[in-house]
Amino acid sequence: MSDNPPLLPAPVIALLDVALVGELTVIDQAGRPITYPLIPLSDGNLVYLTSSVLFSRKLRHIKANPKVCLSLTDPVAVPVKPFHRATIQGDARVVEDDVHEGWEQLLPLWRAKEPAIDFFLKKRFGIPLFFERSVIEITPHRVLWWEDGRTSGPARVYELAGVS
Amino acid sequence: MAVLEVADALTRARSYPHAVLAYVGPDGYPVNIAVDFTESVDAAEVEIGPLGHDLRPAEGQEVELTFSHIRPQPGVGYDERRYVNLWGRATPRGEGLRVEVRRASGWDEADTPFFEYAERSVPAGRGYLDELGARPRLSRLWTVFLATRLPFLTATLVPVGLGGVIAARDGAFHALWFVLALVAAVAVHLGLNMANDLFDDANGADAANVTPTPFSGGSRVLQYGLVSRRTMVTGCVALYALSMGMGVYLAVERGWGLLAIGAVGIVLSLVYSAPPLRLVHRGLGEPVTALGFGPVMAVGTYFASAGRWSWQPVLASLPVALLIALVLYVNQIPDRAGDAAAGKRTLIVRLSPAQVQAGYATGVGAAFVCILVEVVAGVTPAWTLLALATLPLAWRVWRGLRAHYGEPYALMPTMQSNILLHLLTGLLFVIGYVIAVVS
Repeated sequence: MSDNPPLLPAPVIALLDVALVGELTVIDQAGRPITYPLIPLSDGNLVYLTSSVLFSRKLRHIKANPKVCLSLTDPVAVPVKPFHRATIQGDARVVEDDVHEGWEQLLPLWRAKEPAIDFFLKKRFGIPLFFERSVIEITPHRVLWWEDGRTSGPARVYELAGVS
Repeated sequence: MAVLEVADALTRARSYPHAVLAYVGPDGYPVNIAVDFTESVDAAEVEIGPLGHDLRPAEGQEVELTFSHIRPQPGVGYDERRYVNLWGRATPRGEGLRVEVRRASGWDEADTPFFEYAERSVPAGRGYLDELGARPRLSRLWTVFLATRLPFLTATLVPVGLGGVIAARDGAFHALWFVLALVAAVAVHLGLNMANDLFDDANGADAANVTPTPFSGGSRVLQYGLVSRRTMVTGCVALYALSMGMGVYLAVERGWGLLAIGAVGIVLSLVYSAPPLRLVHRGLGEPVTALGFGPVMAVGTYFASAGRWSWQPVLASLPVALLIALVLYVNQIPDRAGDAAAGKRTLIVRLSPAQVQAGYATGVGAAFVCILVEVVAGVTPAWTLLALATLPLAWRVWRGLRAHYGEPYALMPTMQSNILLHLLTGLLFVIGYVIAVVS
C-alpha cells in the first residue's frame, strides 16, 4: 500500500471507507463493458479489490485491458448521509505474486467492512480456493462526483495526477 | 454469474431501485453511473434516464446495465447478495436512452447459495491457478486432517471400544492387544476414506457434486488440487499395508481366526467403492457399512483382546451398526444429484424423500428396539439401557430430515446431530458395559 499523501479527494475517500459494495466495470475481450459488484478498499491513493481465483474472469479481462472504472452508487451499500455518488476511472493492475497470502495485507481494511471474514478465514480449510486471491490495484486518473447523488445532473470532475 | 433468460433477468431487475449504466467512453475507459430505469419485459427493453449530456454512449453502442443488491448486517458484513447484468444496444430517447436487451446474466444467493456458487467455479479456479503456476495450499496438518477425514474416526472408536469392554466383562481384556487392534482398525478406516475419495474422483461422483458439506461429498482434496492422486494412492496403500501388517501380527499372536475377521473387514472396505462390485453404487453401502463398523470391528477387537471368538460382540454391536449405517444414509442426501449424475445409485438416489425419511425412522427405531430387546434377552447388561437417553437426538434428526431434505446447507446441523447420535449412543452403551464390569 502507498504511503503518499492522499491523492483521492477527501469526500471520495470517505465514500470508499464505508462502501460495502462498489460496481467495478472492466472491458472484456470483445471490447464490451462487464460489471462486478465487489468490496472496494482504499488507502487514499489507490483503490484495491480482491478476487478469488474461483471468480477469475474479471482478472483475465483486466490483464488484457487495464482500463477500469468503479462506481459507488447504492445508498444501501454506501451508507453515508447526506448521500453522494462517485465514479472512479483508472488503470488496474492484477497483483498475484502470492495468491495464498499476498492479499492478506488488505485484511485490516476488509475486516473493517466485513468482520465475518475472520470467521471464514478460520475455516479456510473448508473453502481453500476461495482464499487463493488476487489483488486488483487501481490507480485512479479521474473521479466523477455528484454531491447530491443525482447523476442526471452534471458531475464535478477531478483529474488526478499520477501516483508513484 | 450464470446466463439468464432476458425475460427472467428483466423481471428480476424490477425489484432494484436503480441501475448502473456502463459503456466504454471515447478515451477507451469504461464509464459507469447510476441511472433510474423502467423495464418492459414484453419488449425486452429498458428505458433509462434522464442522463447528463456529457455522459452518454454513442448511438447504437453496446452498453451494460447492472442491478445490484446487498443487505448490510452491522458487525458481520452483509447478506442477500444478488445482481443482474443486461447487455444491449442503446439508442437515444428523450433525455435518456432505450436499451434493447440481447443477453443477461446474474447471481442470486437465494437461488444458488454462495458455497454452491464457489463449488461450481472450482474447475475455473484450478485452471487459473495452473496458468499462474501456483497451487492451493493448506498446512500439512490440515491437509492430512482433510484427506483422511479424521473426524469420522468416531465410527471406528465406538465398535472398537465396545469390543474392548465386552472382553473386559469376560475378564479377557488385554490393553496391548486392544491398542494394536485399535491402531489396525483406525488405519483401515482412514485407508478406506482415502480409497473412497480416489474411486469417487475417478468415477466423477465428487466432481459432479456441487453441494458438498463438511459431512458429505468426500474430502475434496483431489478436486481442490490440495493433494495429488499419486500422494493419495501412496497414503491409502500405506494405511492398508499398516493395517494388514498389524492384522497378520495380531493373528500370529492371538489366533488365526483373527486373520479371517481382518480379511472380511478389508474386503468390505474395498468392495464398498472399488470396481467391479462398487456396492455403494448398487444401494448396498449401508449394509456394508453396518457390517464393517459394527460386528466386524467389535468382534475383531474382542478376538484380539481375548484371543477367542464370541457371539457377544456380534450381537451387542447391532445397534451401533444400524446407527452408523444411518450416518452414511443421511450424509448421502446432499450428494444425491451428483451421485445420480455419476451413476452411483445409492439408496438415497433410489428412494423418494418420503421413503428415505420412513427408512430413517425404521432404522433408528430398530436400533433402539434392539438395545431394549438385547437387555430383556439377557444378551447385554441392563446398564446399556443408558443408551436410550439419546432418543431425543434421534427425534431431532428425524425432524431435521423432514424440514430440510432438499437444502444441503440447512441439513448440516441434522447431519451433525445424526453423527452425534451414533457417537453418544455408542459411548453410553460402552459406559453401560463399564458400569456392569466394575459394579
